[in-house]
Amino acid sequence: MLQIKNLHASINGKEILKGLNLTVRPGEIHAIMGPNGAGKSTLASVLTGNPAFEVTHGTVSFNGKDLLELAPEQRANEGIFLSFQYPVEIPGVSMVNFMRTAINEQRKYRQQETISATDFLRLMREKKELVEMDNKLTNRSVNEGFSGGEKKRNEIFQMAMLDPSLSILDETDSGLDIDALRIVANGVNKLKRADNATIVITHYQRLLDYIVPDFVHVLYDGRIVKTGDKNLALELEEKGYDWIKQEVEGK
Amino acid sequence: MAENILHEVTQADYKYGFTTDIETDIIPIGLNEDVVRVISAKKNEPEWMLEYRLKAYRHWTTMKMPEWAHLKIPEINYQSISYYAAPRTNGPKNLDEVDPELLKTFNKLGIPLEEQMALSGIAVDAVMDSVSVKTTFKETLAEKGIIFCSFSEAVEHHPDLIQKYMASVVPITDNFFAALNSAVFSDGSFVYIPKGVRCPMELSTYFRINAINTGQFERTLIVADEDSYVSYLEGCTAPTRDENQLHAAIVEIIVHKNAEVKYSTVQNWYPGDKQGKGGVYNFVTKRGICKGDNSKLSWTQVETGSAITWKYPSCILQGDNSSAEFYSVAVTNHYQQADTGTKMIHLGKNTRSHILSKGISAGFSNNSYRGLVRVSPKADNARNYSQCDSLLLGDKCGAHTFPYMEVNNETAIIEHEATTSKISEDQIFYCNQRGISTEDAVGLIVNGYAKEVLNKLPMEFAVEAQKLLQITLEGSVG
Ligand SMILES: Nc1ncnc2c1ncn2[C@@H]1O[C@H](COP(=O)(O)OP(=O)(O)O)[C@@H](O)[C@H]1O
Ligand SMILES: [Mg+2]
Repeated sequence: MLQIKNLHASINGKEILKGLNLTVRPGEIHAIMGPNGAGKSTLASVLTGNPAFEVTHGTVSFNGKDLLELAPEQRANEGIFLSFQYPVEIPGVSMVNFMRTAINEQRKYRQQETISATDFLRLMREKKELVEMDNKLTNRSVNEGFSGGEKKRNEIFQMAMLDPSLSILDETDSGLDIDALRIVANGVNKLKRADNATIVITHYQRLLDYIVPDFVHVLYDGRIVKTGDKNLALELEEKGYDWIKQEVEGK
Repeated sequence: MAENILHEVTQADYKYGFTTDIETDIIPIGLNEDVVRVISAKKNEPEWMLEYRLKAYRHWTTMKMPEWAHLKIPEINYQSISYYAAPRTNGPKNLDEVDPELLKTFNKLGIPLEEQMALSGIAVDAVMDSVSVKTTFKETLAEKGIIFCSFSEAVEHHPDLIQKYMASVVPITDNFFAALNSAVFSDGSFVYIPKGVRCPMELSTYFRINAINTGQFERTLIVADEDSYVSYLEGCTAPTRDENQLHAAIVEIIVHKNAEVKYSTVQNWYPGDKQGKGGVYNFVTKRGICKGDNSKLSWTQVETGSAITWKYPSCILQGDNSSAEFYSVAVTNHYQQADTGTKMIHLGKNTRSHILSKGISAGFSNNSYRGLVRVSPKADNARNYSQCDSLLLGDKCGAHTFPYMEVNNETAIIEHEATTSKISEDQIFYCNQRGISTEDAVGLIVNGYAKEVLNKLPMEFAVEAQKLLQITLEGSVG
């Protein structure tokens, strides 16, 4: 589904990703862990086409397409979704209007008809239940005045609405209390199918108790330096990242 | 609905930029007393109308163009403009007699002039290059005693009303452009709602400048007698031209006791091209008076067009307990300039005014709000609430707010709030990541920002206005 080869990317001339490789197949869950500033969010930004970042080397293919050739909205409509680490507020734009526009853009891209009002409302109701999202929130402007946790929940709600084939969750667990974490993780698990995949970026092993990864990667200094199964996450939790640093720098 | 609108809009260029090939009756350029006489003669006007024009003309020659606005206005040569252009039609009686080219123009503009009009319940007085071409629904309205006709017809058939009300709110000496209009105005609309009558449909006028090098000087006069109600819509477009076109209109509104008038405009005159070449100069004097007790006047405007906009729809709150509203969205892009706002003059007791101004600037444009709230010594318990918001797209454009307050009564409560915000790249990218293109994202955000004003417009206009906002701002981000 996703093949990243020797990816280099920089921001304001500073290289952040320094030759990153990653392959994700349908049905898989990948966790990416790593110390602050390693480049995890940068990877998410580059995959989704944030224009602040410049790709200097490497290739990314997504379902056989050259992802780097596509505009951000095309990537989204091809089925890539990012749950932002810091979701932005958009005053004046209602969640309902925002979601309906997004869904219809996706449908237009896929040459489908626009969604009917009844289907849309049914979809909203169903997905709100999935992440136990309050009506109060969907009646407001996008993220406006939402608490940190509400914003994260809103990201998963949008993910459920848009039904992506590849979801990237960037620190979706941070700012969530244990109940909210369980609800969000539950939502992600329910959306899991054999034909979609998830990349979970996290700091903490905690989330991985709920969303069980097939692979755990350690991203350090712009590269994936270690890959293992879910036990690697436990090891990192226990020992921190220093031993990784030593391993990498020792080489 | 919003998303349909967004989808429909794909064209970045001024979509109303076509000219119609109709024979026009046009007089040579230049302005002097003879030209004023010719205009009056062409319209078969009575002597008193000619006298009024001449008085205005003579006064105008003593005046200078105002310079206080935050606008850079290139010098205008008033002698190089033709002051009269009329489509050559000899008084069509029904649609079959109207020049098909003209009908095509109206269709392109989306004016529903034909029978479907009855269903949508709009009566249209379409003004093209100065002369009112066709008024629909006059008969339905006539049953209720409502007069809705071109200004020229009103001069002919209702001289008493015209003489009583014309210039009673905007005197010929009011300002440079008002004097000019009073001298050379070509046509416009007249509305009279009799006592106790609620106008059963929205009344609408579409203005359009077509001929090259013509100024358009319309006049609108609306009188709502006691206990009456009317909602009036005005829409404007002009074809694409390299040279600038001058537009100086007057709108006067008189609201009697317990009556209510809603006046809505969507102004979409040609704004000039991306380099700032061409475009309409729009110098408009709009003023209403809440003459009787408990009267109400509301101005709603969406200003997207014109190279230069100079416009301050105002209200004199004379009757006790009268109230007025000004709701405005003004958008400027490329090299457009707008200096717009309102004046609320509180004279009566317990008078209320509400101002909501939403400016949107993009490109290299300049957008100013200028508002005056004046409370006279006798206006006990006057209240005003003003909110002026500015939204910036990019960092080469300007937004300015000039609120003036003259409060001469201690019991007045005047509140003013102002905010400035910017559409951030993060917001755009967030939308992009949800599959929404940058143009659509800007449309979504801008329409959200302007929502409170757009909601004040009648439905058909709100849709048009949303489209226009997005068209105007295309290419302004990213
Ligand atoms: N807008 C930016 N300008 C300059 N440097 C940035 C910017 N965004 C991120 N960086 C830098 O890129 C590096 C990686 O950041 P990030 O990808 O956010 O790390 P992580 O998500 O792994 O904590 C950090 O050193 C950070 O300071
Ligand atoms: Mg991060």
